[in-house]
Formats: sequence, structure tokens, C-alpha cells
Amino acid sequence: MTEVTGAAAETGVPTAPGLTVDGEPLAYVPGQTLAAALVASGRVAWRTTRVGQRPRGVFCGIGVCYDCLVTVDGRRGQRACLVRARPGMAVTTGEDDDG
Amino acid sequence: MAEPRDLGGRAASREPRCLGARRDEPHDLVVVGAGPAGMAAAATALDGGLRVFLVDSGPAPGGQFWRHPPDHAREGVPTEALPAEDLHHDLRTYRALRATLTAHERTGRLTLLLDHHVWTTAREADGFTVHAVDRSRAPEERAVVLRARALLVATGAYDRQLPFPGWDLPGVLTAGGLQALLKGGGVVAGRRVVLGGTGPFLLPVAAALAGRGAAVVAVCEAAAPSAWLRHPAPLLRNPAKWAEAAGYAVTLARHRIPVRTRTAIISAEGEGAEGERAEGEGRVAVVRTASLAADGTPLPGTERRIEADTVGVGWGFVPQLDLLLPLGCGLADAGDGTTAAAVDAGQRTTVPGLYAAGETCGVGGAALAMSEGRVAAVSVLTDLSAPGLPGTRRLAAERRTVARHRAFARALAQAHPLPPAWPAWLTDDTTVCRCEEVTAGAVRSVRADGSAAGHRQVKQLTRAGMGWCQGRMCGPAVHCLVAAREVPYTPAERLIATPVTLGALADSGEPTADHT
Repeated sequence: MTEVTGAAAETGVPTAPGLTVDGEPLAYVPGQTLAAALVASGRVAWRTTRVGQRPRGVFCGIGVCYDCLVTVDGRRGQRACLVRARPGMAVTTGEDDDG
Repeated sequence: MAEPRDLGGRAASREPRCLGARRDEPHDLVVVGAGPAGMAAAATALDGGLRVFLVDSGPAPGGQFWRHPPDHAREGVPTEALPAEDLHHDLRTYRALRATLTAHERTGRLTLLLDHHVWTTAREADGFTVHAVDRSRAPEERAVVLRARALLVATGAYDRQLPFPGWDLPGVLTAGGLQALLKGGGVVAGRRVVLGGTGPFLLPVAAALAGRGAAVVAVCEAAAPSAWLRHPAPLLRNPAKWAEAAGYAVTLARHRIPVRTRTAIISAEGEGAEGERAEGEGRVAVVRTASLAADGTPLPGTERRIEADTVGVGWGFVPQLDLLLPLGCGLADAGDGTTAAAVDAGQRTTVPGLYAAGETCGVGGAALAMSEGRVAAVSVLTDLSAPGLPGTRRLAAERRTVARHRAFARALAQAHPLPPAWPAWLTDDTTVCRCEEVTAGAVRSVRADGSAAGHRQVKQLTRAGMGWCQGRMCGPAVHCLVAAREVPYTPAERLIATPVTLGALADSGEPTADHT
């Protein structure tokens, strides 16, 4: 298992290959969930609802509400508050099918 | 890779959770949930000589109360080094339990399965089968099947929510969600925070956020402070709870955080939303609070407008019964508007071989959960005729502790009820079910025209509670809108406690115990 340590711990910026969200790099501290990393970057919503196109993101933070769904490496319906950030992950957001 | 360490700083045994051979062997007991109840139960059962699976969906033991980042990431996500406002309560007990569990991992009696989500269980002639998926490499998942003679469910609880206009705006989180981001990820979710709801849990959240630099501009507690005085006896018998509350009061005073009692957040609006409410889709920017009449009706002329970029709400907790309901476990009124597992004085449920401890038996806090976990483990030891039973005097003392804390929990629930008139805050276009985007108006109209008699019919007609979360968020609220007040909310039975892929379902068809 590849781990990002060292400088990342001090700066919050990964030193090894990072992960991308919709093609853009996202900094994270190893051990953080995708939701924690997104919130740390200032984003609290990353999906729109099917009916009202309302923005949704982190709400319950513990895997119960399913508001924070993202697609990770092509797998839809992943709860960002449960999936831990790892190097090389390709995350896509905002897909209607995710909820 | 950083050296995995336990909290005592010693090198932990290497990835014991990946030893497939051990998982395939039946154990004496499966404990689902490694929070305070599950950890204490597992430690007692292990000390008594049993072989135990301890399963948790999180990356480290502790549950929500002692939520931690994974051990290997402790240094990157420092969550224990706060000055006075320590994020965690009673870490000494946590460390002791971790040390006990680590010692039993070394002896091979404990198989600790972290990042494992249990999605269903089945009762067999000789015990239980527990189906889980290993998500330590999420989004990949691997099916895991565990077998044991006894099953202890200690799956805790989650925040109870009441909808209000704007509660689905970005930046509005559950109080527990704010705390989880902080404890698990070291992240403060906003700069200006308003907390609202009811119950003592709002206080540690306020203290933790303030300790990490957020401006907590108000804590809105719906209950009246005098509510406590009506039930003084259980409070006087629990001095530790007083000390804890006093500690938070000092912290809140130091950060000049106003606690407004008999006050609720009645609406929130997004950025640029003033004057164009329906179109305001940005992050929350403003909350409106109001003083409440005794029944919870907002009092005219008491509204306040508070600017905030983050809102945390919580109205107590709902016991997590997902695994217990399909097993046919009997239920009891928890006294706070929710339903909990019915247990005897030994934490035995109505299903032979099935035990429950902690918040699944009614919300009551970590100290109660640990006592119940220990009592449950003693029952398992007794029922399985294990050699290492603790003395009867210790058990009697533990049971008295449970009774004392239960009485305290009941007093707490009575002091922090849901305000009966809370639906007065709802407008017809307020979203009630976040998943299926069902409004309060839609729920009210099927009730008013007589087409839906109960919660189930409201659900079928409006789709409230039929989305991804399966009613976990809107269930208690919809229940209040359709049911008589004295009837506690019981969650719908869900066959699958967490969504699993078809691949994992197919894998789990192979009984792994047969390989041994």
C-alpha cells in the first residue's frame, strides 16, 4: 500500500501522486476521507439532485444520508464521507445518476 | 509506509485484519460495532476466554464517540493534541481498551476487522452468519462471511433530524457530521457556525469547533433550562455528568459562545438568496432563529437573523437497528420518541444468542454503553459456559451502573424532547425527504385528502423515505407528521444495511467456513 507521508503531514499537500476530482488535483492528508479533503478545500457540495437540481454534498458525515455520493475510479454511488483518499484515485462528481 | 502504532506508541501487530485464514474459522462471538459498547464487550469476552470477531465500518476502533483517523495516519491528522478543549472524552479508557484488544490480537483470540461493513446477518441452527464487505480498499469491496455461536450488535446511533426551510443547503450539516469531520479528518467545516437542535451533544461540538478556531456564533437549544429541575434525582446520582457539563460551560464561556435556550433555527437561506428565496442555491449564508413557546411554536417578534457559513443541527439520536430488525428482535419504547432493542438485565434480546448493547438499546452515552457492553459479554460467557466469568459482585455493580445511567438517560430525554409544534416551521415547499425531494406540502396533502393513513402509505404515495438513505434522515420527521405523538418512531426494516455490489453478493454465496 502506497502511503503519502512526510511533507504531507505538515502541509496537507501530498508529495506522492495525488488524486483528482473532475480532473483537478485535490490535496489531502493521508487518512482523510474524500469528503474531509473536499471540505478542507472549501467545497461542501458536489452533486445536484435529479428533480430540483439542488446542490448536495456532505451532510451526515458518517455514511447514513447518502448526500455526498461521488464516482470513484468509475464506480458510482460511493459515499465520499466513507471512502478514504488514496493516491491515483480519479473522482468525478455531479452525476445525476449518483442520486 | 509509516509504522503502524497503537495509541500507547508500541508497534501494532501487522495488518491482523487481513489474515483470511482466521476469518474463515468460526469464532465464539461476533461483535458488530467497535464503539465504546463493542470495545468493552469484546474486551470482557476475550478476557473470559472467548474467540471474538470485532467488526467495524470505520478505519479505527472507537465508534463515533472516539472516532479516530486510521492508526497509520495519526500524525498527519492530529486530533488529540488540542490544548484544553480536548476533542475526546476519557481517552484513558479508550487507550486501555485498545491495549487489551491489541494484546488479544497477539494471542490470536481476537480478529479485528476494520473497514468492514456488515450488510446482513442470518440466524442458523448453531449460531449466526454475518455477511460483510471489506472496504479497506474502497471503492473496491470484497465479501467476507463470518460465523459464530453468538452475535452482539453494538451499532450505535445516528443524529435525529427535523427539517426546516433551507436545511438542504450546502453548509448545513448534522452536528454529528461536523464532529466526525473534525475527529476523523481534522477538518473544521466552516468559519462562522450556528448550532441548533436539542440535547447536550451540541455542547462538545461547539467546544471542539471553537477550539479549532471556528467562530461559533450561537448554540440554539430548544429545551428550557428549567426542564432539568423536574427530574433532579437521576442527575444528583450522576456527578460525573455534572462535571462534564460544567467543563463545557467553562469552555463555551471562554470562547464567548452564547447558548440560547428555548430557541430554534427555524430557517436558513443561501448566498444571494435574500428576496429570491426559491432561487438561492449557494452555500448557507443566513439562519433565522426564534424563541419558542412551551409547545415549540416560534414566538412572533423574537426572530433573529444570524450570518453563518455553516450550520450544525441535531435533535438527539436514533438507535441504529438495521441489523436487529430483520432478525426479529423485539423492540422497546426508548422514551425519547425512538424505538430501541428490547433487552433483559443481561442485555439479551428476545432472539436466543443475540445480544445488544449501547445506543441500540436506547441512547444513553458512552459510559452506559461500556457498562452494557461488559454486562452483555458476561451473559455471552454464561450462556456459552465459558470458563472465565467475572465474579457476581462485579457483575452486580455493573448492572447497578447500567440502571443508574439508564435513569439519567431517561431524565435527559424528558428534558430534551422534540418540540411538539416543530412542524410549524415547515413551509409547503420545505424538502422533507432529501433523497426523493419530497416536500412537506406533498406529505401534508396525502394526509389531508385521506389517501394515506399511516407512515407506510405516505411513503408509498409520496416516495418519502424511498431513496438512497431509505428514510434514515426523514423517517423520524415523517413519523411526527403522520403518527400520534405517543407512538415512538420505528425505522422501516431494510433487508440490506449497506448497499453492496452484485459481485460482492455473488461472492458471499460461497460459505467460506467450508474451506477450513
